[in-house]
Amino acid sequence: MFDTASLLLTAPELILSIGATALMLVAAFAGDKATRFVSAAAVALLALAGLSLTGVAGSGGTAFNGLYSADAFGAFAKVLIYLAASVAILIAPRWFEREDRLRAEYPVLILFSAVGMGMMASATNLLSLYVGLELQSLAAYVLASFMRRDSRSAEAGLKYFVLGALASGILLYGISLLYGFSGTTEYAGVAKALGDGVNLGELFGIVFLLSGIAFKVSAVPFHMWTPDVYEGAPTPVTAFFASAPKVAAIAMLVRVSVSGMGTATHDWQQIIIFMSLASIVLGAAGAIGQTNIKRLLAYSSINNVGFALVGLAAGTEAGVAAIMSYMAIYVVMTLGSFLCVLQMRDQTGAPVETIASLSGLSQTNKGLAAAFAIFMFSLAGIPPLFGFWAKFLVFEAAVKAGLFPLAAIGIAASVIGAFYYLKIIKTMYFDEPETRYARGDSLLEKALIATSAAFIVLGYGLIPALGSASAAAAKALF
Amino acid sequence: MSGFPILSLMILLPIAAAAICLFLSDQGARWVALATTALLFVLGILLWVNYEIGGPQWQFVENAPIFGRFAWALGIDGIALMLIMLSVFLMPICVLASWDAIEKRVPEYMAAFLMMESFMIGVFAAQDLFLFYIFFEAGLIPMYLIIGIWGGVERIKASYKFFLYTLLGSVLMLVAMMYMVATAGTTDIPTLMQFNFDPAVQNWLWLAFFASFAVKMPMWPVHTWLPDAHVQAPTAGSVILAGVLLKMGGYGFVRFSLPMFPDASAALVWVVFGLSMVAIVYTSLVALVQQDMKKLIAYSSVAHMGFVTIGLFTFNRQGIEGGLIVMLAHGLVSAALFLCVGVIYDRLHTREIDRYGGLSNNMPYYALFFMFFTMASVGLPGTANFVGEFLALVGAYNANSWVAAVATTGIILGAAYMLWLYRRVAFGESKNADAAAMPDLNAREWVMLAPIAAATLWMGIYPESFIAPMRADVGSLLARVADSTPASDAQLQMGKPKAAAHGEAH
Repeated sequence: MFDTASLLLTAPELILSIGATALMLVAAFAGDKATRFVSAAAVALLALAGLSLTGVAGSGGTAFNGLYSADAFGAFAKVLIYLAASVAILIAPRWFEREDRLRAEYPVLILFSAVGMGMMASATNLLSLYVGLELQSLAAYVLASFMRRDSRSAEAGLKYFVLGALASGILLYGISLLYGFSGTTEYAGVAKALGDGVNLGELFGIVFLLSGIAFKVSAVPFHMWTPDVYEGAPTPVTAFFASAPKVAAIAMLVRVSVSGMGTATHDWQQIIIFMSLASIVLGAAGAIGQTNIKRLLAYSSINNVGFALVGLAAGTEAGVAAIMSYMAIYVVMTLGSFLCVLQMRDQTGAPVETIASLSGLSQTNKGLAAAFAIFMFSLAGIPPLFGFWAKFLVFEAAVKAGLFPLAAIGIAASVIGAFYYLKIIKTMYFDEPETRYARGDSLLEKALIATSAAFIVLGYGLIPALGSASAAAAKALF
Repeated sequence: MSGFPILSLMILLPIAAAAICLFLSDQGARWVALATTALLFVLGILLWVNYEIGGPQWQFVENAPIFGRFAWALGIDGIALMLIMLSVFLMPICVLASWDAIEKRVPEYMAAFLMMESFMIGVFAAQDLFLFYIFFEAGLIPMYLIIGIWGGVERIKASYKFFLYTLLGSVLMLVAMMYMVATAGTTDIPTLMQFNFDPAVQNWLWLAFFASFAVKMPMWPVHTWLPDAHVQAPTAGSVILAGVLLKMGGYGFVRFSLPMFPDASAALVWVVFGLSMVAIVYTSLVALVQQDMKKLIAYSSVAHMGFVTIGLFTFNRQGIEGGLIVMLAHGLVSAALFLCVGVIYDRLHTREIDRYGGLSNNMPYYALFFMFFTMASVGLPGTANFVGEFLALVGAYNANSWVAAVATTGIILGAAYMLWLYRRVAFGESKNADAAAMPDLNAREWVMLAPIAAATLWMGIYPESFIAPMRADVGSLLARVADSTPASDAQLQMGKPKAAAHGEAH
């Protein structure tokens, strides 16, 4: 009756969904008193799910007759997703305690979102892709408006929901077109159908599918929601949005492009190239005028997605490996930056979000300023910090694939991006101090900041390990 | 000495010292920085002493493939040796120059300088293409902070300009490097120097590298970041900028553009010559009208770098050796001139030429040093610049007599703006009472200026010490570019060694 082999292959999703359901009951009966317990249990579940990837769930192959694939690619993405989700749970309590206590549903929602994201990374069928995406998104809409009494948060949630629903519709329409013209929703079947030339209907299907996914990865021209949602959502949630769902959506995009449409690379490559360059340039240009640090980081994430897509545009195995390495490094840089943003609070403990309030931080709080500067230089892609290596890999893949104009324009546009990252460093280091932040009292957050900063500075030693892991992930798709 | 990873030590030691500095008091950081830079100077001397002239081309080679895709590969030839010596020689002087002038955030300042030193040595010692790039770019971070935090009034604009200009130039070079590695299948610089790239592609690669090195050098018209950066940077920042960072451009031409793309270098030599001629004449004229001492010296740097680029692209021995010697000589002399400006800036806190005058009355020793370095900058025989500029011009005449003719006017213009600067600052009436009350050099300033003066004289009187280590490397460079050397318009015929030393063209 049960397909035991397939169930074993989906062990991480099973652990998380059963665990999350149980924790939801705990939250319902015990109320907010149980938040600490639920948070700890949720992190433990994520760790357990991550551990289960070392077994058959990380390399076992296809499950449920081609709906789901447990391979190195999915495992790589899931490790990043679970890591980011754990951090999002760990940093939440202190942020929420100022308003009211963190409600126990928060970790549960993150867990459900993580289940959906795992599905997105592992889906090998357009329908399991859609189900995973919706599970992730529905949890995310609620998380965005998690501060019920804050009008910005409610606005963010509503905006995210309306635009997200629209994108889901577009995506679903693309899926239906592909299904209609190829007669199957399986990636392998779609690829086979596309292999004998792409007709107009299939082309429309590809365009709609990619547009829907572009919304999820917030690539230009479907990026408009990002700054508003990032600004309005509670900061720990923003940190989560900028990291885990990005990885999942990129992984989904890579898998569907390579496994599902790999036979028609030429047809989607130009779409990806356009999205990539447009995201790099608009993400960088849009960030310049920002005065709110969260909005700036939103544009930074658009910018970074553009760089990651350079690897996909290459369409090669090296390109996929590069994109996965990029996401790994990106997640650490982004989480580190948002952890620094979390430390920005005035003497009463209220969060501050203006960039101007960072002025002179290097004199009032040396450690925080140094960490923030490390993340900013790294996001700008300046060696010897690790962010440089991420950009290096994707551009190298593009050059090897012969996409010289893309590489040259993209890398030249990265200089525009450097400008606004430098602005943050300038504010912290060159300007005189104005406001003083309250001293951070959370040892956990400090430790997380220090760990990610150390990773960014000393990351080059990890290149062989990261390289072989991402190469194995890419190999699984080809 | 063989087997001991002295280059790694020289790169990692300042990083470690920089980390320590951050946790020390102001005075502690100063002493740690001084001790570290002095120790590095000693290591540099050891390096020079143990460098075997006429030995293998690459010495002190280390190779640890710890990064997977590229290697921690170090090694130096004579050219790199000389530039490393220049760096480690100037660094302790920079620390001394900042001893009293920098009052706020001293530990961070010293840490930034030590990091700078590590990256500079790394640039010259790297034998892996990507490792070179990482060091080359990494230097931007400490310099950006040095200009931005401890600079003058307009420091923020200057720091942005410095950073973004250099970054834009460099990233295009990175794309070219990726292509080269994909084509040649190696990141090893010595191997790449012997690799023959397709001549059609060479032009593009050459231009990408040129974008980076021309900005770094800097060549007209992408030199505009330099006057801003120099004027706003603290004295020691200007010293290291003029002394070493500008040399990275010239080093890049010798190490990459010429040997890796000889055909493109020959085909595009008119670009280099054209821009260099404009640089020499135009920036010399601009230097004439400056009111700010640092700005004047900055523009003179651009003009001097014009001699370097002309010399390096002459494709003959005199020219290339001359270009290299101008690099070293300019590294000493412009550094010393910035120090001289720094000495009086520390006393009066202005760089405006008109605020000074008649300093030879109350600061005779200062006037003496300033005079010496002014003369050296002009290219007086007996000083280092003369040797380099003379050789570069001889080489230029061999390659293209028009270029030589235009470039030589730069010497005259150089004499004009430098001597006029000196007259206005040191001679005449002491018209400003506060300038007339300034005390002469103190012991610290003596220690800063005297060694540079000695080195300048040494290089001027016995340049063989400095040319000898580089001779074989210039020879192998010439052998590499021999097939693509462009025809000369001077059509010189070398005379017999005995009677007529230079046979003239018909």
